[in-house]
Amino acid sequence: MSRVKLLPLNEAIAAHVRDGASVALEGFTHLIPFAAGHEIIRLKVRNLHLIRMTPDLIYDQLIGMGCASRLTFSWGGNPGVGSLHRVRDAVERQWPQPLALTEFTHAELALGYQAGASGMSCGLMPHHADTDLERVPGANRRTVRCPFTDRPLTAIPAITPDVTILHAQQIDAEGNVLMRGIVGAAKEAAMAARCVLVTVEERVERLRADMNAVVLPSWLISAASVVPGGAYPSYAQGYYARDNRFYLAWDEIARDREAFTAWMQRHVLGVRDHAAQLRALGVAA
Amino acid sequence: MSDPAYTRDEIMTVTAARQLRDGAVCFVGIGLPSAACNLARMTHAPELVLIYESGTVGTRPTVLPLSIGDGELAETATCIVPLPEIFGHYLQRGRVDVGFLGAAQIDRYGNLNSTVIGDYSHPTVRLPGAGGAPEIATHARAVLVIMKQTPRSFVPRLDFRTSCGYLSGRGARAASGAPGAGPRAVITDFGVLRPNRETEELELTALYPGVSADSVRAATGWPLTVAGHIEALPEPTPADLAALRELEARTRAAHTRPIRITLRT
Repeated sequence: MSRVKLLPLNEAIAAHVRDGASVALEGFTHLIPFAAGHEIIRLKVRNLHLIRMTPDLIYDQLIGMGCASRLTFSWGGNPGVGSLHRVRDAVERQWPQPLALTEFTHAELALGYQAGASGMSCGLMPHHADTDLERVPGANRRTVRCPFTDRPLTAIPAITPDVTILHAQQIDAEGNVLMRGIVGAAKEAAMAARCVLVTVEERVERLRADMNAVVLPSWLISAASVVPGGAYPSYAQGYYARDNRFYLAWDEIARDREAFTAWMQRHVLGVRDHAAQLRALGVAA
Repeated sequence: MSDPAYTRDEIMTVTAARQLRDGAVCFVGIGLPSAACNLARMTHAPELVLIYESGTVGTRPTVLPLSIGDGELAETATCIVPLPEIFGHYLQRGRVDVGFLGAAQIDRYGNLNSTVIGDYSHPTVRLPGAGGAPEIATHARAVLVIMKQTPRSFVPRLDFRTSCGYLSGRGARAASGAPGAGPRAVITDFGVLRPNRETEELELTALYPGVSADSVRAATGWPLTVAGHIEALPEPTPADLAALRELEARTRAAHTRPIRITLRT
């Protein structure tokens, strides 16, 4: 018997993602939990503090649909394509609402997760040379001195999301979850969180994982949902590739408020679940 | 003079690729740097070790990735490490020879902006932000920058300093304690700029065939110093051009391939 509650995704999100929560949907380019993000949009959760190294299209969508009031991030573009137009519209013109930013570098944000995951109040790293990052409003880093060498170090506060949501390849009969391929800071974000939700490509009897594979034991996970294609248009190594064509096409869709709203209405709000969306997009039969 | 058999973008990528020696360990930014690094690996530098910030080490993609984390990078990598390790064990520990970066703005000391145009709190253009660039610029033994040169991108004053070059020049970077040596070259669509040994200000040191120093000055937002000796950069060889064009054609085909997902239940 599984120790993890396998729930329909809408029930898992409704039970754990509340208005005003800090939520990290992680996955570095790979295994981005798009289906979970779309469920948050359908459930009209509001005032979220979204945390993610690379906001990617999923946060462009959540922010454009008015789910978030704060964003903590380290690189906010459409990778290889250009801007996240909805993020830009929120920052530059406060549409559909103002968005407060806390920004880090990749190494800093990963370190913040690591500190949170390890019960530390902060993480330390070598000081990077003088930049304006330290001087922006909302900057949350301090320079301290190494007690042994007196060298300057950058201290990053622990990042501890209320909820971390991941997409992974497999869950086994006991509810253990396996991720393989590019894992980014997904494990650190999960271990830092108070509550971990997972979507997976499939349920298997046994994970045939290598000894040092990234496996989240069942007892760390609050709820899991089987959502095939749940990372699309990101990807799941071994299941389907990244839809680069969609990432290129998103630039045009997201550039315009009306085109964006119409797309979201049709493909997210107007469908029952992720499978219906994938069929409507012609990605799944 | 007849039109050359190559574009400015092509000679820029080929020239950038030639800056990389075989066997070097290179931390690769997405976009123009990724094209140059992979062209180098496919031509004169087959043992070039490419690291992307997604944690893929020693990757050998056959097509250019659109993102820094495409499956192609994972499938062809020597190993894939978690994000804290790529920045900690590889970059911060001093195992990267060359960091290859792009940016929206650069100043005369090679400092880079990828954060905002305009005021931070009320930006004209909100750019993607730092990503891995500040640490790459700090810790890589040397940095190469590839950027198209216009007065809007080569500016007298950055709107925001995201990543350090030589700070205010004349040894300021070394005094700051940054372990890496800083930008070794800036490759543009006109030629190459390198830092002056004393002032650390970027100077025009090399030009593509048929490009004048005056046209580079006109494309630079500060009064550009031209080095005493200007190197005449060679044209791309037919083999370089063929390799680059094939790479780009394969990439275009790969990025437009439809995705099919099987919905298991």
